[in-house]
Amino acid sequence: MKLKKNIPLIDQHDKYGFWGDKFGGSFIPETLKKPVEDLTDKFKKLRKNKKFIRKRDFYFKNYIGSPTSFIKLENLSKHLGGAQIWAKVVSEANGGAHKIYNATVHALICKAMGKKYIVGDTGAGYAGKMLSMAAKKFGLKCKIFMGAKDIRRQKPNCDAMKKNGAEIVPVYSGSQTLVDAVSECMRYWVSNCDNTHMCVGSTVGPNIFVKICGWSTAQISRELKTQLKKEFKKIPKKIKLINCVGGGSSAYGFWSEFIDYDKKQIELIGVEAGGPKKSKLHAAPLSRNAKIGILHGAASYVCQNNEGQIQETESISAGLDYPGVSPIHCFLKDSKRARYTYATDEAALNAYKMVTKFEKLNPSLEPSHAFAEAIKIAPKLSRDTILIVNSCGDAKKDRDILRERLGKY
Amino acid sequence: MNNSLIAQSFQNAKKENRPALLTYTVAGDNTKKKSLEILKSISKYADICELGFPHNTPIADGGQIQTSAYRAIKNGIKINDVFSVVRKFKKFRKNKPIILMGYYNMIYQYDENKFISKCKKSKVDGIIVVDLPYPENKIFASKCKKNKINFIQLISPTTSKSRLKKIVKDSHDMIYYISMLSTTGGKLKVSPKKIIQEYQKIKNQNKSKNVVIGFGITEKTIRSLRKADGLVVGSAICKEITRSIKKRQNTVINVTNIVKKLKNKIQ
Repeated sequence: MKLKKNIPLIDQHDKYGFWGDKFGGSFIPETLKKPVEDLTDKFKKLRKNKKFIRKRDFYFKNYIGSPTSFIKLENLSKHLGGAQIWAKVVSEANGGAHKIYNATVHALICKAMGKKYIVGDTGAGYAGKMLSMAAKKFGLKCKIFMGAKDIRRQKPNCDAMKKNGAEIVPVYSGSQTLVDAVSECMRYWVSNCDNTHMCVGSTVGPNIFVKICGWSTAQISRELKTQLKKEFKKIPKKIKLINCVGGGSSAYGFWSEFIDYDKKQIELIGVEAGGPKKSKLHAAPLSRNAKIGILHGAASYVCQNNEGQIQETESISAGLDYPGVSPIHCFLKDSKRARYTYATDEAALNAYKMVTKFEKLNPSLEPSHAFAEAIKIAPKLSRDTILIVNSCGDAKKDRDILRERLGKY
Repeated sequence: MNNSLIAQSFQNAKKENRPALLTYTVAGDNTKKKSLEILKSISKYADICELGFPHNTPIADGGQIQTSAYRAIKNGIKINDVFSVVRKFKKFRKNKPIILMGYYNMIYQYDENKFISKCKKSKVDGIIVVDLPYPENKIFASKCKKNKINFIQLISPTTSKSRLKKIVKDSHDMIYYISMLSTTGGKLKVSPKKIIQEYQKIKNQNKSKNVVIGFGITEKTIRSLRKADGLVVGSAICKEITRSIKKRQNTVINVTNIVKKLKNKIQ
């Protein structure tokens, strides 16, 4: 399985939408064929449309607040010794996480398609919060599907969604988390696709949704590339880009400009949710060798049983608590361009404690998984190695969990 | 596949000047044994029986069928059990067509070829795969045909005209028309007249194809659509199973009564 150079990864699929012949595709009910085709055609045109690109860039800059800063974590680096640890503080983006990029682009597409309603799924609540923000900004009616368990554990984001005028639809089926929210959202779209646009909150789902989301978050790595050149005069010789992976939208966005580089120069490390130390359950299909399966309209590595029933997952981080993963990450894994590992709940909590102790940074539980890996490998690496962590979310939404687990927030 | 049991069932219904009645139940709902009993009992009135192999992440099913599917999975139904239900049913009523219906991941994990050969051995007559649309289903559909199993194509109100032509051309003995934009079991939100108009567009492509209408069909609505070659009732049956279990009543008797009533409405 080989990657092509000079072609964005999101476009390296065949005519049926498969990356590397087997990941992705569009496993959708007949009813969704037409709306998915319409969306595919529209997106193809829009991404070539200069006016649309100008509009996107305008909102990225003036609404989202791009570029987000790129900072050295001096104290943490000194404390650990070894590699330099840097962070791309994507949580500075309007709303507090990278999900705003995808949400903004979807709202713009929805407008361009003349639809007035937009629906989306959410796990940690960020995708939902951002979609509700973008909907409000662009005058769209918004519905957010969210697992009942997630509604309980991510209350601050739910409050934000309601404040933005979105309707939160609680999902009680299955494990009452992100997987069920996505299913319910897709079912809603099946019934309302004539006047409603659907936003999938990550680089998952039928092919076109992977592409739109990846195209949106890629802004992160465009900024980083400029920032690296400014900081170091040229792209340094030894870089490791560390990112948490749930669906994989922030990781793809963080990496997309650097995929063509040799992995000896720029290593890509994805960190999945390993779940509680003592539990058999996790949300790490890539690093714990799940089999390929079809979930939410795409083929990817999926946590499932022998029969093909999707398995329950467990993670302290609602944003990573998903049994599948983006087909483009499966492609990056099998082509050996990226390396995937996992961090347990406990490791993520410890990383959160350490980062907040040494730095003025408040990463949510999702990027805390990435920090856990950085903290683990930094001491073993040389001082000229640049470890960059995508701090893609802010911990405000996790205050209840952190208070419970660490006794303070 | 001119002489398939499915084609014959439509001919028989036509002779009686009525649409064929297709039922949908979930294998293993609420137990393996019960679902077989239900199937045996309702097959007295139904012309074709669809049997769902349940999946826990269904993206096109409404609440009633989801409930049935989750219940069956919780009670331990496995794919091999689904085949054994079919085998036992076919021993009891060998001329009644059985159509398996479900999601592609279950087939993918079982292995496509193994799944089809197991279908053949168990005497399954047709297969519907909800999330394997045309043209992605071409290879699978032709494998089915080679094994004399009907692959049933779906058409929906959103299907474009050019696409419709291709799907009809590639279809086998039966085509499933989805009445409206909805998951299964939704309230019929389109007028029966409009549904029949759309149905007619499919028939006009090829009169010899048997086209059935499904989604939103209940005791109340079934009569208004009786011009169709066949009508599918699923959620209304699953709902009755849920109700009967809750009330601690006999599911077999109650469900059979519903199917009997449905049949009377179209006679």
